[in-house]
Parts: sequence; structure tokens; C-alpha cells
Amino acid sequence: MLYEHLLWPKDLIDLDQFTTEHLTAVLDAAENFREVSEREIKKVPTLKGKLVVLFFHENSTRTRLSFEVAAKRLSADTIALSASGSSMSKGETLLDTARNIEAMNPDALVIRHSASGAPSYLGRRLKCPILNAGDGAHAHPTQALLDLMTIRRRLGRIEGLKVAIIGDIAHSRVARSNMIGLKTLGAMVTVAGPPSMMVGGLSDEYGVQVYSRPEPALDGADVVIMLRIQLERQSGRLFPGAREYARVYGLNAQRLALAKPGCLVLHPGPVNQGVEMTPEIYDCPQSVILDQVTNGVAIRMALLFLLVDNSERKGSQPLA
Amino acid sequence: MLPKPAVIKNGRLIDPLQGLDQKVDLLIEDGLVASVERANSIEASDRQVIEAEGLWVLPGLIDLHVHLRDPGQEYKEDLVSGLTAAAAGGFTAVLAMPNTSPSIDRADQVESLLSRAANAGGARLYQSAAMTRGRAGQEINEYYDLQKSGAKAVTDDGSWVADASVMRRALDYASVCGLLPLSHAEESTLAPGGMIHEGRVSTKLGLPGQPSEVEAIAVYRDLAVAALTGKPIHICHVSSAQALVLIREAKTKGVKVTCETAPHYLHLTERDLLGSEPRFEGLAGYDTNLKMKPPLRTQQDLQALRQGLLDGTIDVIATDHAPHSVLEKDSEFSEAAFGITGLETSFSLIFELIKTMALTPARLVELMSARPAKILNVPGGTLRPGSIADLTLIDPAQEYVFEASQSKSKSRNTPFDGRKLTGRVIKTIVGGHIRYQVG
Repeated sequence: MLYEHLLWPKDLIDLDQFTTEHLTAVLDAAENFREVSEREIKKVPTLKGKLVVLFFHENSTRTRLSFEVAAKRLSADTIALSASGSSMSKGETLLDTARNIEAMNPDALVIRHSASGAPSYLGRRLKCPILNAGDGAHAHPTQALLDLMTIRRRLGRIEGLKVAIIGDIAHSRVARSNMIGLKTLGAMVTVAGPPSMMVGGLSDEYGVQVYSRPEPALDGADVVIMLRIQLERQSGRLFPGAREYARVYGLNAQRLALAKPGCLVLHPGPVNQGVEMTPEIYDCPQSVILDQVTNGVAIRMALLFLLVDNSERKGSQPLA
Repeated sequence: MLPKPAVIKNGRLIDPLQGLDQKVDLLIEDGLVASVERANSIEASDRQVIEAEGLWVLPGLIDLHVHLRDPGQEYKEDLVSGLTAAAAGGFTAVLAMPNTSPSIDRADQVESLLSRAANAGGARLYQSAAMTRGRAGQEINEYYDLQKSGAKAVTDDGSWVADASVMRRALDYASVCGLLPLSHAEESTLAPGGMIHEGRVSTKLGLPGQPSEVEAIAVYRDLAVAALTGKPIHICHVSSAQALVLIREAKTKGVKVTCETAPHYLHLTERDLLGSEPRFEGLAGYDTNLKMKPPLRTQQDLQALRQGLLDGTIDVIATDHAPHSVLEKDSEFSEAAFGITGLETSFSLIFELIKTMALTPARLVELMSARPAKILNVPGGTLRPGSIADLTLIDPAQEYVFEASQSKSKSRNTPFDGRKLTGRVIKTIVGGHIRYQVG
């Protein structure tokens, strides 16, 4: 297969670990695994007898479900652990919890955590491969990869495309990982959001074009990624309210018309319909939001396979 | 101990307050400097001799900003370990911050600390008290009583006194009581929850940022209150070019402001938080030993601070020695406590600047001894005959690797572990007693 000539890291923390070849290899592998999900019997024995621990310190339904389905389709055993269900609520430290998990000898640890940097912190201390399922505002590499896969499947390439990312850039790990992945594969990226949801250094750090209004970002775009607004957390502090946000930043037919005909519409979900986009956009033919969910399983199958396989080949050595 | 009179022979005395930088013999008697003579001129006779050929003899280093965690958090540090670490770093005296548990609000607490410190060995202890009761920023403490008990300064270090009228009263009152007011300048409401400098690195790491304005706004307010009252104020741990510009301008206008910066702001920047390349393993970065308040800033800030050392805007190097145990530091970044240790690396890190920039040895002594003594109004800062025999002997040629595991502090939270340093502290003498010697 195409991945074997590449060196793979022990953990997946963010996409800046990967070259163009790595990203392409993951996407290619995911295409193969996607086919498994379309079979009558949606299961391959690839990770039979392996244990994948899903450690979700922050609430998540979709990503956890997606990893769980991915692991099960590879025949791995899975255990899901959430913050409220574990002893983290009793004052146990993250490291202690993780060490206890590792003592059960899992073959991979999938972690979602509210603290930026938590997966790399654990990666330095644990022997088993760690897959970052989203850490704070830092990174969400599997989401970015499934977005890349969705775009590549529909448009046949990433290179040369213009991709607009719109919404709360400042707090979005999805935006950060997508900017890295898209730029690595040669896309041109524009970002837009209310000034209170932007951060400095975006163009320097990621090489993206930054706008405060969505229109110039959308102009001639091949793809638009709308970000989720955390209504419950941010209302009244980062922006005046959902109504105005929808009017100025929400995606509607008029705004989408600024983009190229057939421009793909992505959203990491769950969508606040009527806020980030109108219901008509959500249901329009160029909306690929449900494709993203399907591809997410394939991407996570590919990554679980690649990292577990990699750690077996290297003998799962602890880092110095 | 130096039980009898001692001669420190043939060392290079660098003492800007005497205008001296030359090889001398130095006679110590009864805890005081008895005389300073030209090299090889004082007879040993029955005196103890300390051969200092090739060494620097400096007025004892004084650190105006340390956290000794005593009382309340003795698992991080206590008076004995903290003062011992200070002596190991060449410090003959330190000013301890009052943000202990409980905070130092009353005269009896100061008396107790000072009497315990007298038997602790190591460096001299100068104690600061809380500027406001319980460090709550509301009511000022009893400064007359505190001064009488031996306190030297007042500060709510760890937080800013946000209420301007409270700061105004504190400056007025502290001045008549002979206490130095210190300000931890941080207008945190501008960026609540900020953990590192706001900019490209905070964006990349997805951590809440804190722009330099958080410091600059607070410094500006403090300077305005100092100007209004006409009273002195000392700004702690200046980290940004912006704050430095404000302080420089205030000084030219005659505001009685002094300030300090810490060695880490002169050697590290926010970029260090990204960790070392390559990113392949993805595990670098987020080092909790680079988390402190104020945060590490940019290369431009670092350069401006270095310039501030030379042009006199910065009066003092102070470590902000902030020991924390693994319980507070071995964690995800957002959970980790702010602060790093600094007592045992400070001198060598500043010494390094003599080679890498235009810092002179005499200016180093001003920054680390003469000015701190003057600002705090305590003995020392010079080895003029009649001064207290607080001195630090340095081997300017010796290279060594600093190992945190060998530290005299109880804590290990330093980003300089394993760093190759030059200019080693050989002996620390406090009131004529050897309180530290290498080896």
C-alpha cells in the first residue's frame, strides 16, 4: 500500500506533523476503508483483538460516535469514557486517569479535551498511540481530514481551490487544523468572522487571507466551511446575538451566489439552522454536510489503522 | 563561618558605588568590611585567607522579588530551602512576597518570619507585607506597625490593586512609613483567562492570550497615581516594550518610579512555547515551565528590555522565583500554575549578557546589588569600608550545566534545566559568614 514507504508519528496531534504525501496517503487509505462501510457486512478484521479507548473529557456525540463506529468496523473492542463517568470529577488529574487507562494496555487512545495541548501532553508520557479528537481551540485533525476527503471526492482535487472558512475563527480548532491541511495541499484559504471572533497572526501563521465580512471571503470560492457558533457560551460577549449574526455572517442563497456555481457547503456539525446557514442551504444539493459524517468514519478507520499498525511495526517504544 | 578576621585576597572587586573595578585585598572583621587595599598588600598573619585570584568579588546580590511559600505551601519551598537556594545563587539577601497562605498582613507574622529566618542560614530575609488586607485590594494594612516589625515593602503581588483610590492611599501611607510599594501591574479584565502572550503563538497553540496592553494599562495607571501623590512606586517584573516606554517617559518627567525585570524575559520569548522543530511527532510545545505572569513576550520586547538594562530604565534584575511542585506543573497547560524558579540561574543568565550585548560588569552589579539595596533602603550594595560584609565571589571563566535536580530549592520548575551557563557563584558570604560555597 501507499503508506508503508512513509514514516508515521506515534501520535496524531495536528496536521502540521504531516507532509503532502502523508495527507494524500491518509485520504487514499480512507477511500479504501470507505468502501467497507458500503458492504453488506460492514466489518473487516484489521484490528481484531485490539482495544481502542475513547476518552472524551469534553462532551461530544458525533466525533465519539464516529470513532466508535470506525473502531468497530475494524473489529477493535472499544471502551468509551467520559469526564462525568470517570473519576476525573473526583479530582483525579488528567495524567493519572490516562496512566490508569494505559495500564489496561489499550492499542490506541482517542482523546477529546477542553485544554489545548492535552493530547501532546499525554503523548509525551504514554506509550500507546494517541489520536487527537479535538483539544481546546488548538486542533481537530480528524475533522480537517474528513473535510479534505469530502472536498477531494466531490471536486477531484484540493490544489488550486479557493476555500472560505467563516465564523468563530478564534475559538475554532476545526478552522486551525483545516487551514494547515488545506494550505499543505495547495488550496487558497480565506477566513472571515466578526472581529470579536478573530485572532491576530492568522495570515502570518497560516498564510490565509483574513476578512471581517463574509462577502469578500466567499467571492469566487469553490468551497465554504461554516463554523459552529457556540450560542450557549458566547451570546452577549463575543457578539451581540444570533439574529444579527445570521443576518451578517450566516450563509444564505444570496451570499452563496457570490461563490462559484456549485460551491460546496461544509459544516462540522451540529448546525444551528437559521444561524450559520438557512435551512434551504443546509438541504441544497451542494451541501455535503452528511457526506462529511460518512467520510468521517472512513478517515478515522484509516488513522486508527495507520497508527496502530505503525506502533506495532515500531514495537510501540516509549519516547525518550 | 568565618570565625576570625578574614582576608579575601587578589580578587577583582567590581563596586560601582566606590567607582572601583580592580584587584584588591579585602579585610573582613566583625561582619563588616574593615578595609579595601591594593592586591597582595594585606598580611595574612593569623587571619583566615580566601584566595580569590581570578575571581570577581561583588557586593552581595540582592533579589527584590522571591516567593518562599512560607507559611502555607511548604511543600513547594520554605524559609530554609528558599534562603539556601538564594545563597546558592549568589544572593546575600532577598525580599519575600507576602502572597503566602495566609497572606502576610500583620506585624506579628512579619516578626515570626524574620526571627525564623535569622536561624535559617542562607541569605538574609527581607519581608514584604500585603498592601491590602488579605490581598483583596480593598483596605490598606497597618503600615506603621508593619514597618516597626521589620517589613520593608508592601505589595499585593500576584494581583493588581485595581481600585485607584486604594492605590493612592497605599502610596501616600507607605511613603510616610518608609515602606516601598511594589505593584504587580496587570489589568486582567482586558483579557480574562489569558495564559500566554497574545499573538501568533497564542493563535497557533489555541491558548487564551494576554496582550502587552494588560501590563501597559496597569503601569500607566500606577504611574499616574505615583505622579499625583508625588510618592515612589516600584513596578514588578516588567515584561513588555510598551510598559518600558511608559516608565522611561515617567522617569524623565520626574515620577519616582523604579522597576525590575526578570532574567527569563531577557532570554526567552513566546516562540519558545512552540517547542523545538521538527513538528513530526507533534509532542513539542506547551511546556508548563514557560508559563508565568506576566507571560513571555516577543523578540521585540526582549530587545527593548535588554536596551532598558543599558539605558537605566530598568533599575533592577529580580527573579520572581516562584517555586511550584509537580502537582501544579505536571499537567495540561491550562491547569498548570503560573511561575518558575529563578534564584540559582539568575546571575549566570545576566552574566551571559556581558558577552552577548554591551552590558558591563559594573552595570550588572548596579542591577543586581547596588540599586536593589538603594531602592529597598537596606544595607549592602557596596563593599566600601564600614559596609556589611555581604559579598558574592564569582568565577567568570567557569562553565557549568545547571541541573534542576541538584537545585537547593524544593521545586524544579525551571525552563533552564540542562542549560549550559558561564560565570559560576563560588562563595556567598553574608555578614562575614560563608553561607554557600561551591562543591
